[in-house]
Amino acid sequence: MSTPVPVPKEGGDGTVGAGRTPAPLARLSSWLQSAKAERYIGFVFVAPWVIAFLCFELIPTASAFIYSLTDWSIVGGANFIGLANYQEMFTRDRLFVKSLENTLYYALLSVPLNVMAGFIIALMLNAKVRGQTIFRTLFYLPALIPSVAGAVVWIWILDTNNGVLNFFLGLFGVEKIRWLTSPAWSKPALVIMSLWTIGSGMVIYLAGLQNVPQELYEAAEVDGASVLQKLLRITIPLMTPTIFFNLLMGIIGSFQVFNAAFIMTGGGPVNSTLFYMLHIYEQAFTHWRMGYASALSVVLFVLVLVLTTVVNRTSKRWVFYG
Amino acid sequence: MTTTTLKRPGYYLGRSLIYALLITGSVVALMPMFWTLSTSLKTLDQINIWPPRLIPDPIAWRNYIEVFDYVPVALYLRNTLIIVAAWVTGATVTCSFVAYGFARTNFPGRNILFVVLLSTLMMPYVVRLIPLFMIYKSIGWIETFYPLTVPILLGRNAFYIFLLRQFFIGVPDEIADAARIDGCSHFGIWWRIVMPLSKPALATVAVFAFQSSWDDFLGPMIYMGSNPDLRTLAVGLYAFRSSPGQLPMTHYMMAMSVMMILPILLVFAFGQRYFIQGVTLSGLKG
Repeated sequence: MSTPVPVPKEGGDGTVGAGRTPAPLARLSSWLQSAKAERYIGFVFVAPWVIAFLCFELIPTASAFIYSLTDWSIVGGANFIGLANYQEMFTRDRLFVKSLENTLYYALLSVPLNVMAGFIIALMLNAKVRGQTIFRTLFYLPALIPSVAGAVVWIWILDTNNGVLNFFLGLFGVEKIRWLTSPAWSKPALVIMSLWTIGSGMVIYLAGLQNVPQELYEAAEVDGASVLQKLLRITIPLMTPTIFFNLLMGIIGSFQVFNAAFIMTGGGPVNSTLFYMLHIYEQAFTHWRMGYASALSVVLFVLVLVLTTVVNRTSKRWVFYG
Repeated sequence: MTTTTLKRPGYYLGRSLIYALLITGSVVALMPMFWTLSTSLKTLDQINIWPPRLIPDPIAWRNYIEVFDYVPVALYLRNTLIIVAAWVTGATVTCSFVAYGFARTNFPGRNILFVVLLSTLMMPYVVRLIPLFMIYKSIGWIETFYPLTVPILLGRNAFYIFLLRQFFIGVPDEIADAARIDGCSHFGIWWRIVMPLSKPALATVAVFAFQSSWDDFLGPMIYMGSNPDLRTLAVGLYAFRSSPGQLPMTHYMMAMSVMMILPILLVFAFGQRYFIQGVTLSGLKG
């Protein structure tokens, strides 16, 4: 595109400056003040991120798809093997199926529970309770605890013989549960632990609740609406965008759950907490099957993409954008 | 008038229920932290007694000294702080620089790039984990700090850029225009005007960057964990737990956990406003 105004190579001060400063610098400084520079200066600002995005995000993501078609291990080269990795996954890799089941189990249980519990606590705090800020802080604190420190103490809390949870349940006559050492209880144990950090979702809900116009409630009260009606007809519909956001983030997060299971159970017992991420980790960094692990991660990528798209599609029916 | 009087009994019942639930909930939320602290101050023989004792007696302060005999906590702390420093710098300087470009300059393709930026928020990180490892390995970055410092120093964090951009957009145009008339370049406006005016937003991303780099486990473990001298606190605590233990070390592990939790609580105590602000902004995308 031709520029309507010819860009001056040296402006009025350019000739003066040329005598003092080296020519390239003078040209640079006059260019910086030109209209053309004004149009492109933004590139300079976003350039670091663009470089980082290309090097650390786009290229690695794209190469995952290429690696997934190879038998690359950490030593030696990579051979192109077509779709053999994917074939192995769907026909021979029992742990692939198992880890997918485990992840779905965890996601289906923990995401709805987290979304609901966080919302309910936010609703209670929003009901003009005294000490709202204190409660908010107390509920938010667990979300701050470093995940490794959290995992280490939960191992101790969930301990079968000396754990404080079994002690507490024992007061109600419940027999000792083998939380982390029985395949039946290991996943529920991790779900319970995930509920410990509902604080971060709760804070988001609280902010959303503050944005619900008070006039709506006042008008509803004039019309004699009950507490339940106000909740169902005003609060929940107006909160659907926030609920949707937490739901989406919860799904994406739950499919990549790693730290707690890796630290607390290492995927056991009997692979009952071998989540998808742990399977990828083991294939990559224990067996050094980089090609196969890439194929696994591509499948997870597609899975998360499909799920978020589906949730997004349904959102048109239930999310209310005022 | 009449309706409120009629509602009273139910109202008080509801209120009491809410308070009961909130108090129970916060006790449950605090319990694991309390239990960490309590266990960290117990002697070995107190740990395995049944029923468990809430308050240690005697209080074994020496656990906090003895743990240094088993774990090089100071070394782990130094390694962690190197990464934290890179994250806080990257978040407040580079991400802010990039955010200025998105918020206050206009260039061809800006909106498309911004959509790309936002879409990276939704990308599962797993898919780039293995290729990144291979890339880092081929350029000799494994067992160095670079994989955990260079990306953020280049502004590879869409979330921080997004938060700062939202804030920068709100800086009044008049101030920037006045500076322009006085001959201030975009760099000058960013550094001398937008940055000082955005201290709350910068504090928000700083506390976020502190928290996530302090907490990070998978990255430091994969890229540096194979070298014991390069372990961070998180990786060190994990290694301590999974080292084939001859002695039960629960009390030392809890002491180390407390040392890991305290700094983040301190940051929170001073920057609570910014934490909440950040979480809030993240949920209410503009």
